[in-house]
Amino acid sequence: MKMKKLILAACTAMLATGAQAEGLKVGMITTLSGGGAGLGIDVRDGFMLAVEQSGRDDIDVVIEDDQRKPDVAVQLADKLIQSEKVDVMTGIIWSNLAMAVVPGAVAQGKFYLSPNAGPSALAGKGCDPLYFNVAWQNDNLHEAAGAYANSVGYGNAFILAPNYPAGQDALTGFKRFYKGAVAGEIYTKLGQTDYASEIAEIRASGADSVYFFLPGGMGISFLKQYANSGVDLPVVGPAFSFDQGILQAVGEAALGVRNTSQWSKDLDNAANVAFVESFQAKYGRLPSLYASQGFDTALLLISAMEVADVEDQDAFRTALKAANFASTRGDFAFGPNNHPIQDIYVREVVKEGDVYTNRIVGVALEDRGDAYAAECKM
Amino acid sequence: MSLILLAEQTLNGLQFGVMLFLMAAGLTLIFGVMGLINLAHGSLYMIGAFAAAATAAATGSFVLALGASLGAAAIAGVLIEVTIIRRLYDRDHLDQVLATFALILIFSEGTRWVFGSFPLFLDTPDYLSGTTSLPFGVQYSLYRLTLIFIGLLVAAGLFWMIAKTRIGIRIRAGENDREMIGALGVDISRLYTLVFALGAALAGLAGALIGAIQSVQVGMGEPVLILAFVVIVIGGIGSIKGALVGAILVGLTDTLGGFLLPRLFALFLDPSQATSVGSSLASMAIYILMAGVLLFRPKGLFGDA
Repeated sequence: MKMKKLILAACTAMLATGAQAEGLKVGMITTLSGGGAGLGIDVRDGFMLAVEQSGRDDIDVVIEDDQRKPDVAVQLADKLIQSEKVDVMTGIIWSNLAMAVVPGAVAQGKFYLSPNAGPSALAGKGCDPLYFNVAWQNDNLHEAAGAYANSVGYGNAFILAPNYPAGQDALTGFKRFYKGAVAGEIYTKLGQTDYASEIAEIRASGADSVYFFLPGGMGISFLKQYANSGVDLPVVGPAFSFDQGILQAVGEAALGVRNTSQWSKDLDNAANVAFVESFQAKYGRLPSLYASQGFDTALLLISAMEVADVEDQDAFRTALKAANFASTRGDFAFGPNNHPIQDIYVREVVKEGDVYTNRIVGVALEDRGDAYAAECKM
Repeated sequence: MSLILLAEQTLNGLQFGVMLFLMAAGLTLIFGVMGLINLAHGSLYMIGAFAAAATAAATGSFVLALGASLGAAAIAGVLIEVTIIRRLYDRDHLDQVLATFALILIFSEGTRWVFGSFPLFLDTPDYLSGTTSLPFGVQYSLYRLTLIFIGLLVAAGLFWMIAKTRIGIRIRAGENDREMIGALGVDISRLYTLVFALGAALAGLAGALIGAIQSVQVGMGEPVLILAFVVIVIGGIGSIKGALVGAILVGLTDTLGGFLLPRLFALFLDPSQATSVGSSLASMAIYILMAGVLLFRPKGLFGDA
């Protein structure tokens, strides 16, 4: 198996050097249609903004839409690798799609820079020298929420998440740091839109707070129904249910909710201030955390291109690992498994003029790596 | 305490059921009268929700928004009936599925062009927000109670229309023998357009009512569509009475299953196992119900032989 991998890698390397030596070709597979398209569009726009600002004309980005379907993503990856002959791949939003594409891509000697999905399997035993995650390991924001719940003294939390791998990771992550009791734990159906039943259970449970991970439309439904239910326990969640794209649809129901994120638009560093301003000027909307992740991914790529040629895989990998770029989240470094070590903040949903957005109210975890780094051997 | 929770969950199941009925009624009428399988029914639901959200944003009135959802979905229904669906009545079911599936894709991407990929905002009006006290100390969301009321009102209206009005007589006649009522001088194509518009308007209304407590986004109709098909299969295809009974059965089974099954398993399994087994079984419950009904009544509860 290892031999086969080596031969494969050698072949692709030879093919690549034979083809062309200048510039760099990026294959971006992301979700641009169907449910969850907002996330992919933000990642793409953030990424392209950074490429444009770099002023480089030797980066060729091929963008493909995976429609949030694993089979489509795999087909696109084959096409990008075999006929487009890209050097670097990026863009995937969803963990199940990442699991379908990333192992194959790195086995064929392609760099993969993840702007969003960070499944635990790719952070631990399945880590790879060519795989870099620029966003977070999936558990991170949930761990931060658990730490935050401790710090404000919640001792009896009701927790819920959808019944799929990232949902299970979420509750595991939350409980890793949370020290209080669990008043109730519910796995909802993935894509569920009515939470009347869960809210009734929360009401009856005697909990003192609610933690939920319900990304996208699920979170909108939950929050609107929760606000209308007369249950007024404090709510905590990861940033995914409170990002810029979703907040306008939730409206007043989200005001005051605390959520955890590695990025916020009011983070006070030069890179972020410039990013928020230029993103808004170019696209006419506020950036979300997904946009910041796309932007950072492109910055990382460009920083590596400055010092190494992608044909020289070892040098390029070392250059990536150095993470020598000004991240929109301030301090940023890679841990031993190529996943970020970064601060995770607590944000509060506020209203600025007519727009719902977030502002930072504290730091939940400082210089947090992830729980799986020790399992990674590379 | 537990009885109050049970009462609340029963109301939740009922509310879910009557909203499903609004979807299923149109679907079953269209199938019963025209023999058409309309997969794009979920798109009409989505159109209703988007029209309501846009109108509410522009005028601030929830009642106007509901009116807009009825109007927009009915107009969209008439448009697709006249231009596309009409050509499918004599075709094979497979052709109908193919064409109406294409309509789903067209409507979804079209909506994305117009409104963008981000979910829209639609909220319950102030006078219906919050909770209300029911007998025996049950606190229940006023809006959901209103949904139950509206759903039952629409059901009563439909029964009255089918049983007592001239239109209703023609619809029933159309279900029994299409050629004959055509031969008797009824303008069959106008009747078809009317039935299609009625079904579309009901779907649009459901979309707007549900959109206010869930999220208004592209693709919101398809999960509901699947459940609506389950409902009409259980109730018997073509039967409004079947759609009502089926919808309430599905609503109650789904909600109470999710609530009671984990508790049932907790009696003899440890808590975490009980939760996971219980919730997995609960998500299958309505399909098990459907299989059970079909086993004993292959035509559904109220299907004609």
